[in-house]
Amino acid sequence: MNHDVGEERVAPLSLRAAALLTTVLLAGPGVYLIIRNFTDDADPAGLLFSERTLAPLWRTLQLATLVSVSTAILGTGLAWLTTRTDLPFKRLFRVLLILPLVYPTFIGAAALVRTLNPGGLVNDALSGLGVDRTPTISGLGGSWLVLTLFTYPYVYLPVAARFARLPGSIEQSARLLGNSATDVFRRIILPQAFGSIAAGTLLVFLYAISDFGAVSILRYDTLTRAIESNQLANRPVALALSLLLLILAALVVMAERMAQRRRRTGGSPRSDSAPNVALGRWKLPLTAGVGFVVLNALGAPLAALLEWSIRGLERSRNNGRSLTVDANEIAEVTWNTLRVSTITAIVAVAIVLPIALLVGRYRSRIGVVGHAVAISTFALPGILIALAATFFISTSDWTFETFHNTMGILIFSYVVRFAALAMGTTLLAVQLVPSGVRDASQTLGASRWRRFLTIELPLMTPGLLAAGGLVLLSTMKELPISLLLSPFEFETLATRIFSTFNESFVAEAGLMALALVLLSFVATWALVIRPSERAVRR
Amino acid sequence: MSTLPFMTYRLTLAALLVALISTACGSGSATIPNNLDGAAATIYADDCQEATGQGVTIYSGRSEDLVQPVLDAFECATGIATSTNFGDPTDLALALTEEGDRTPADVFLSKSPGAVGFLRNEGLLAPLSTDITSLVDDQNAAADNTWVGITGRQRVLVYNVDQVDPTELPSSIFELTDEKYRGRVGIPATNGSFQDWFTVFRAQEGDDVAIEWLDAMVENDAIKTESNRPTVDAVGRGEFDFGLVNHYYNFQEAAALGDEHRAENHTFASDDIGSLIIVTTAGITSASDDVEAAEALITFLLSEAAQSFFTNDTLEYPLAAGVEPAEVLPPLDDDGADFDVDFDSLGNGLERTVEIIDQSGING
Repeated sequence: MNHDVGEERVAPLSLRAAALLTTVLLAGPGVYLIIRNFTDDADPAGLLFSERTLAPLWRTLQLATLVSVSTAILGTGLAWLTTRTDLPFKRLFRVLLILPLVYPTFIGAAALVRTLNPGGLVNDALSGLGVDRTPTISGLGGSWLVLTLFTYPYVYLPVAARFARLPGSIEQSARLLGNSATDVFRRIILPQAFGSIAAGTLLVFLYAISDFGAVSILRYDTLTRAIESNQLANRPVALALSLLLLILAALVVMAERMAQRRRRTGGSPRSDSAPNVALGRWKLPLTAGVGFVVLNALGAPLAALLEWSIRGLERSRNNGRSLTVDANEIAEVTWNTLRVSTITAIVAVAIVLPIALLVGRYRSRIGVVGHAVAISTFALPGILIALAATFFISTSDWTFETFHNTMGILIFSYVVRFAALAMGTTLLAVQLVPSGVRDASQTLGASRWRRFLTIELPLMTPGLLAAGGLVLLSTMKELPISLLLSPFEFETLATRIFSTFNESFVAEAGLMALALVLLSFVATWALVIRPSERAVRR
Repeated sequence: MSTLPFMTYRLTLAALLVALISTACGSGSATIPNNLDGAAATIYADDCQEATGQGVTIYSGRSEDLVQPVLDAFECATGIATSTNFGDPTDLALALTEEGDRTPADVFLSKSPGAVGFLRNEGLLAPLSTDITSLVDDQNAAADNTWVGITGRQRVLVYNVDQVDPTELPSSIFELTDEKYRGRVGIPATNGSFQDWFTVFRAQEGDDVAIEWLDAMVENDAIKTESNRPTVDAVGRGEFDFGLVNHYYNFQEAAALGDEHRAENHTFASDDIGSLIIVTTAGITSASDDVEAAEALITFLLSEAAQSFFTNDTLEYPLAAGVEPAEVLPPLDDDGADFDVDFDSLGNGLERTVEIIDQSGING
């Protein structure tokens, strides 16, 4: 049934060993939750049937499902428009469309609300036109909107990487045979990208159930809020709810894996110049549509950040209270943020690669388990991962002395938190290396390592860069792990934004959030988009 | 032609990565400067002392912007270096439980009494010397001396000045259940400071009264908000008219936005539970290996210089050294405590509070 002959082979021992080690490391938070549920006498099964759990659980599921559907559609559509059509400003959109990912939701959602909600900037602008009061973004609808705007890049990025790699020839032949552009999209392009869409949508689903920042600003009560409010008040309840969250995630991950097994993504050797489908009379409305997404997802929060920053600068210039941050400090934390997130992105991709190779090429139980563990962990709020790391390093004097408040444990915890982001896209990149290429090079007697480095790795590059890019942007904005595990005196933009914003130093928070957006723009372009374009062109 | 720029690009990228990795390992250690500048200099103006001892480690649930100048001044004045892990008080308290005896933390600072109450119940705090707890009024320290209040934040009703007529302002929180406030009041029901306030409310007035009030608020379509800052922001924009918050946030938003910010604080009658003062707190961990330095720090936080900074610069109420509240803050009643506040109820009372809030249906 399966076209990939490689799947029947037994994986090399070194690969299985590496994947096993990685899996054990990534399983840390899950193991921690299980241990703590026992030691604290938590009762997850009992909670499952209590009204206090069921109501937020149901709300969480509703939200995650809605956001998954809308991001799948939006992310795929945007990916197609920016890779395979003659949409204007494509290269600019390719960078801008990824950036909403960089807003930490606690300030991104607050800024978006400040711009769009009643009495906000848009309301002020429209009051001249007779609009008295803009609608209030809140509750399920508001959370759905905001999370869609902030998380569609989880779908967009891998799907765009996949589209960029599809040969143009199939499309061209189909067009020659008289199929319309929409037909081609539906019957040829979409099935080819199914794997990427499903993998990206899964990440969105898991992110939606783990989010705390956006849903709390938008006043929608989900499981993470229930966990948060019980953290100190009733520890066993918080632990049991966290375990339920993880189990829910694991179930969804397994369902996705089964769907993926049934329809495997075929490999395609290289892209012979992807075609530019002419959008014709749809060009203007579609360009406006893409612009509208950028305007809301990126521009609306940006407007409020600018408002806060400018007022703060004016104030300090007019001898009001001076700002609590200066240019030097912003430069220092920006540099900290860049280096720690770049290293995390590289380590994350390297760490998930063995598991991805096992899952993509061989029948291996280790691979299947490792994959499920890495991805399910994404549903856990970051604080639990930080606490799990603290728990494990506190088991002996040696581990505590060696790891407590070090860069090592910080980066490792980031990797555990975001391995899922690297995993999905890396796995697809692995699967896209056609078995024919591997077989041919093997027949020619190239050693395994040489084959991997010279033939397979270059073919995987766009996918691996997309994987690294997702991790990079997510690490830049990560908050709870950064707050708890950073070495003393080591601060990132996210932690400084949090500490200022939380105490209503909105000007300082606004300035640093602007630095974060700028940094992500430059980093996305230099480290993800540009190398990826080169790799595709080669 | 095109290979050269590409090579340069790759080299630049490689150089950047090497720089990233090589600098990732280095970390700065705290050194004490010769003298201070900026806000810290207003707290301690003299030359700095020579560094002594190994220094104190602080887990601070209060933000860097509010306490770092005081910590700098402390280092300079005493020669005791500080290393601080800033974060969310709840997260830091949980980290402390995981670290147990191995924690490097000597001092724990919190925005509200909830987190220290939790740590006390877990046995992670050591009693403070009475020399420290006697610096504040009895009610502002734990009965077993495990923590001491540093500053106060008053509970107030923030209101939108364009949408609320001053005659509508109530003198008691009990009036907010009236029909005329239907759908107009935001309550950060799951926020630590509200929960702490509600716990004291229960201890003070009894569970029946507190539950009845909350249920009536829910019935009156109170809007559940997340925390103080977004509540003040929404009231400032006029998204809804009132919010039950700490006094502190409206002052900061107004300082940041000027006239653009359309909200003001209203204080309930001084004998109303709605105008309670919630204290920010400090405690010493039972694992601390330098209690003397830790006590020196807390004593410094309660000194006249630090208390003046807290009220003048961070706009909180001072609790010690006879410092008067900053002029912009509404004065407190002279006799201050119209009722004995039992903050000790907070450690044990929190669980029931969360349960009551969940059952009120305010969470949707």
